[in-house]
Amino acid sequence: MSDKVVAELHEPTPSVGDGGPDMIQLLTPEGQRVSHPDYDKYVADLTADELRSFYRDLVLIRRLDAEGYALQRQGELGLWPSLLGQEAAQVGSGRALKPHDFVFPTYREHGVGFVRGMDPQSSLQLFRGVSQGGWDPAEHNFHLYTIVIGAQALHATGYAMGMRMDGNVGTGDPDRDTAVICYFGDGASSQGDVNEAFVYAASFDAPVVFFCQNNQWAISEPVEKQTRIPLFQRARGFGFPGVRVDGNDILATYAVTQHCLDEARNGNGPLLIEAYTYRMGAHTTADDPTKYRVSAEVEEWKFRDPILRLKSYLAHEGMADEAYFTSVDEEADRFAAELREGCVTMKTMPGETMWDHIYAEEHPVMEAERSAYLAYKASFEEAN
Amino acid sequence: MALEKVTLGKSITNGLRKAMEADPKVVLIGEDIGKLGGVFRITEGLQKDFGEERVIDSPLAESGIVGTAVGMALRGYRPVCEIQFDGFVYPAFDQIVSQVAKMRARSLGALKIPMVIRIPFGGGIGSPEHHSESPEAYFAHTAGLRVVACSNPEDAHWMIRQAVACDDPVIFFEPKRRYHDRAEYDTAAASAPRGLFEANVIRQGTDVTLVGYGPVVKTMIESAAAAEAEGTSIEVIDLRSLSPLPIDTIVSSVRKTGRLVVVHEASSFLGMASEISAQVTEQCFYELEAPVIRVGGANIPYPPSRMEEEFLPDLDRILDGVDRALAY
Repeated sequence: MSDKVVAELHEPTPSVGDGGPDMIQLLTPEGQRVSHPDYDKYVADLTADELRSFYRDLVLIRRLDAEGYALQRQGELGLWPSLLGQEAAQVGSGRALKPHDFVFPTYREHGVGFVRGMDPQSSLQLFRGVSQGGWDPAEHNFHLYTIVIGAQALHATGYAMGMRMDGNVGTGDPDRDTAVICYFGDGASSQGDVNEAFVYAASFDAPVVFFCQNNQWAISEPVEKQTRIPLFQRARGFGFPGVRVDGNDILATYAVTQHCLDEARNGNGPLLIEAYTYRMGAHTTADDPTKYRVSAEVEEWKFRDPILRLKSYLAHEGMADEAYFTSVDEEADRFAAELREGCVTMKTMPGETMWDHIYAEEHPVMEAERSAYLAYKASFEEAN
Repeated sequence: MALEKVTLGKSITNGLRKAMEADPKVVLIGEDIGKLGGVFRITEGLQKDFGEERVIDSPLAESGIVGTAVGMALRGYRPVCEIQFDGFVYPAFDQIVSQVAKMRARSLGALKIPMVIRIPFGGGIGSPEHHSESPEAYFAHTAGLRVVACSNPEDAHWMIRQAVACDDPVIFFEPKRRYHDRAEYDTAAASAPRGLFEANVIRQGTDVTLVGYGPVVKTMIESAAAAEAEGTSIEVIDLRSLSPLPIDTIVSSVRKTGRLVVVHEASSFLGMASEISAQVTEQCFYELEAPVIRVGGANIPYPPSRMEEEFLPDLDRILDGVDRALAY
């Protein structure tokens, strides 16, 4: 074994908060624009309007998240998985997508769904318990949430294999060439399905971008429990490029995701992006992070807040003023009010619909059980 | 009319070929299914004729086979997965049970997963561990899936075509020790003799009903012939569909015979026979002359192959079951 290989194997995992020298960053935590020779071009054409709309998206999805948390505490949702701290990773990558690209989320990508144009109520119905998902993925090319960790990585890969079979890769026609983006987290990187997805995607040159939000924690287990090497370096072992981006830097996630999607659409997939970020809240509302992590760590990450970072950049560059920021906050208030109203008025479907949609074709058990259920219910009416 | 004598294995090959000719969206994926034609040669020649994009040699990872097939199905394809042996399906269990089976319900009907998962199953071929199992009850227990098992060449040909055409996911069990059995049938027939989810009354009888599926059907027919020589008239039903369960065919028969023996290679504890027994008891309580008898594999892991004849239901054990039913 050469010294070089040994050195690589023993490269220390960067400590929390430090993404290391390989991490792509275009905005410092203080909101200073820093140049990068490979990625500047992806943000060079962004207008002030577009940058402000990035800011708006960040604020609205943080509000969506806050409402989700509150609605759970009020008993309106059974559970809520928070995206707090991961707004830039989600909006930056989501905004890099073209409408005809296809997204496979986990259950935490409320922000990606939002920028894809999903009705924000959609994210709530699963957690309110009125459906197990309930939207048509074709409407916004945004697949249903997948709860089994990493299972969707194979679906994304197979979908991308299908795109390639359809001839929608590497034609040079920007309206035709398509990519899939697959979200997962640092915990999922240990799952067999994610690793199998890497193998399949590589073997079939699938136009898929694996987007790992490394938020440092898989419920109570730190990322060091999942990996010895930085996660983006795993890609190399599977034979495709991996890149680490500052996940709290919306410009960098936007730029890096655009680059990787382009590569995938051009037939150079798959690729892995590790968005280095932090889960500011609990894993879900059922979790208690005070049992396993120190508050000093959370305090440290507050200085890297993705929204404050863009806000100070916009203000410093004179692209937005206090009146604009206030208008976004006011919009967020209206957005939140609509969200709450929509949530509490969400209809629970009648019991007899439980047997709908289990099968596409007629199934005797579904019909028989539904009939028996209705007869049973009716027997109470008769008894009265 | 083209009467031909074809093996069960080749009948599946021909059925897959017809399905692929009929629908360009049908793709096959599995380990060694390309140049080799699969370890049982079921896909032999198909990659040569349909290309590497439609007959996909997969990496050696079963969850990957099924999981990527889900993605292809979402993209509009009709994937047919080959799992090499029954005991190798478990790495794909999560994908089958939590993803394949539930995707449509999760989407409230917006999505469909028209895929087939072919699994050679059952013992009797002298193989080492994991090559002789009968895992059908795990899948029949899972709502959202359909589960079928063929027992003879003509059914194999038609059932695979019907399974591929079905808009729901179908787990397709193939009786591996019968792959080389031959039968004559009209290979140019225009339509299937019966629906995919219907049972087939293979032999009429009046004293005892014998129900089974897959590899044991041939043994049941032999048992019925032997019993006839001793004056017992046995009605033989090839179940064919395990989910949905064509219970009406069984119930009609039991109302006539009053006795039921259910046979499978799978361990009898919570096997298909347990469910059939419960449903028949519910529906035929007054017609039954004897408890429903289960003749299944022992409730142990599949034994070493030198002992498998002691494990598998054979002619004598089936007739012993018949005798026990008649003893009441």
